[in-house]
Amino acid sequence: MDVRELYQSTILDHNKRPRNFRVPEAANREARGNNPLCGDQLTVYLRVEDGVVKDVGFQGSGCAISKASASLMTEAVAGRSLAEVDALFDRFHRLLTSDPTAPPDTDGLGKLAVFSGVREYPVRVKCATLPWHTVRAAARGDATTVKTE
Amino acid sequence: MTLDVQRIRKDFPILARTMRGKPLVYLDSAASAQKPRAVIDAISSFYESSYANIHRGVYELSETATRLHDEARVKVQRLLGAPDPREVVFVRNATEAINLVAASWGRSRLRAGDEVLITTLEHHSNIVPWQLACEAAGARLVVAPVDERGEVPLDALEARLSERTRMVAVAHVSNALGSVLPVAEIAALAHRAGALVLVDGAQAVPRLPVDVRALGCDFYVFSGHKLYGPTGVGCLWGRRELLEAMPPWQGGGDMIAEVRFEKTTYAEIPYKFEAGTPDIAGAVGLGAAIDYLLDLGMERVAHHERELLAYGTQLLAEIPGLRIVGTAREKTGVLSFVLDGVHPHDIGTILDQEGVAIRAGHHCAQPLMERLGLAATARASLGVYNSEDDLDRLAAAIRKVIEVFA
Repeated sequence: MDVRELYQSTILDHNKRPRNFRVPEAANREARGNNPLCGDQLTVYLRVEDGVVKDVGFQGSGCAISKASASLMTEAVAGRSLAEVDALFDRFHRLLTSDPTAPPDTDGLGKLAVFSGVREYPVRVKCATLPWHTVRAAARGDATTVKTE
Repeated sequence: MTLDVQRIRKDFPILARTMRGKPLVYLDSAASAQKPRAVIDAISSFYESSYANIHRGVYELSETATRLHDEARVKVQRLLGAPDPREVVFVRNATEAINLVAASWGRSRLRAGDEVLITTLEHHSNIVPWQLACEAAGARLVVAPVDERGEVPLDALEARLSERTRMVAVAHVSNALGSVLPVAEIAALAHRAGALVLVDGAQAVPRLPVDVRALGCDFYVFSGHKLYGPTGVGCLWGRRELLEAMPPWQGGGDMIAEVRFEKTTYAEIPYKFEAGTPDIAGAVGLGAAIDYLLDLGMERVAHHERELLAYGTQLLAEIPGLRIVGTAREKTGVLSFVLDGVHPHDIGTILDQEGVAIRAGHHCAQPLMERLGLAATARASLGVYNSEDDLDRLAAAIRKVIEVFA
């Protein structure tokens, strides 16, 4: 596999110019995630009203995969209900942990499909899933720090 | 003075393989070194023709296995310039050796108010065992700083020594930066303050001639797997009178003189610290690795690394946006670096695609990374089998990283 299939232009773009890289005003939920192996760490902030993500942002540092995944995650969950965020987490997680030799099931994932190449790099899967574990913890109001180890 | 690298490469079967479809460039020997045919053969031939448990058997095979195990201990003694093979204790690795000293010596000698002095650049394995020992005793862990270059200034270390210091535990060579610490000077200062000295030699033994008597330390530890030997075996060397005074660490078979429910007496050193059946084949393999290295000559190995390091340092310095982390004046074959705008893990992944194996991360030295203001670095580290070609491939692969992230 060529590295360009892993580092697709969308990923490189979101790494360089992460969207929603901020603390939203009136955020009412947050969670910290860290990947002790890589030193990736981020905090995801949500403003949840009536069970819907009204605003979302993140702060932190990490590799291109984790940063781009966090950025694309914020775009994907904005305006969604918490149940939809959970369902999206499941789909994304299933994609990343699926057999890399099978064709990827990217149904309903939209832009998030760019991460299917990460399946071929088992040690990097955690980089892509960390923002999703963290947003799920924030959505559930779990106070603990999410760890991928 | 030079090594015949092309000949050496033929001794390491794994170097013939490819990675991601490209000839393997292995630049992660500081994490673990590859194994020469001599080590692989020593282990398989031991299992095929000389294997039995040691010490107990009254039959020839067990005597042979015991003799081979004893011979490995003598090889370690020779490698370290130790006065007596009984001062060499076989353990799993350097980590276990440090834990043994921290637990056994710590339990018997460390008291409330005492201090243990380490440095900022230590590997976690030379931090956490001392934290545990200090916590148990009510003692304090004191840390000597490193400077921007990755050196440990002696005056700052000396300023942290006091009559309360019981132990000074330092790396001989930094795993993350390659800095060589002035261990002999540190030992002299520590002894003047009345403290003992433990040296973590995990990175030094494969790269430099080591003589524990010349260093003047009290304990010296290393792992076999970084020394081109097998995993699962390492060594603690300690001065005889210290080891004799220390209580046993783990209890079990082999470490006893006599067991009664009322009172058990312990074996002499080193067996007192070697409870249970050890990694016998591992020790035999380690012995073969030591033979291999001493045949090459440690002065030559050190010279080879210095030359390659100079070549690699210059090569990487020419790459725009690259900064070498760790520029100690005394340094061994470690090239830690960061690239503007690219996380070390992304560097590692792209290098992997180019067939180049390096390490990216905090290198089990988080306090050092924090001191340097970095989350992680990419680290290329050298071994006896590396050549200028490998470093050329590394530099080309780094340029590819820059291209992808442009």
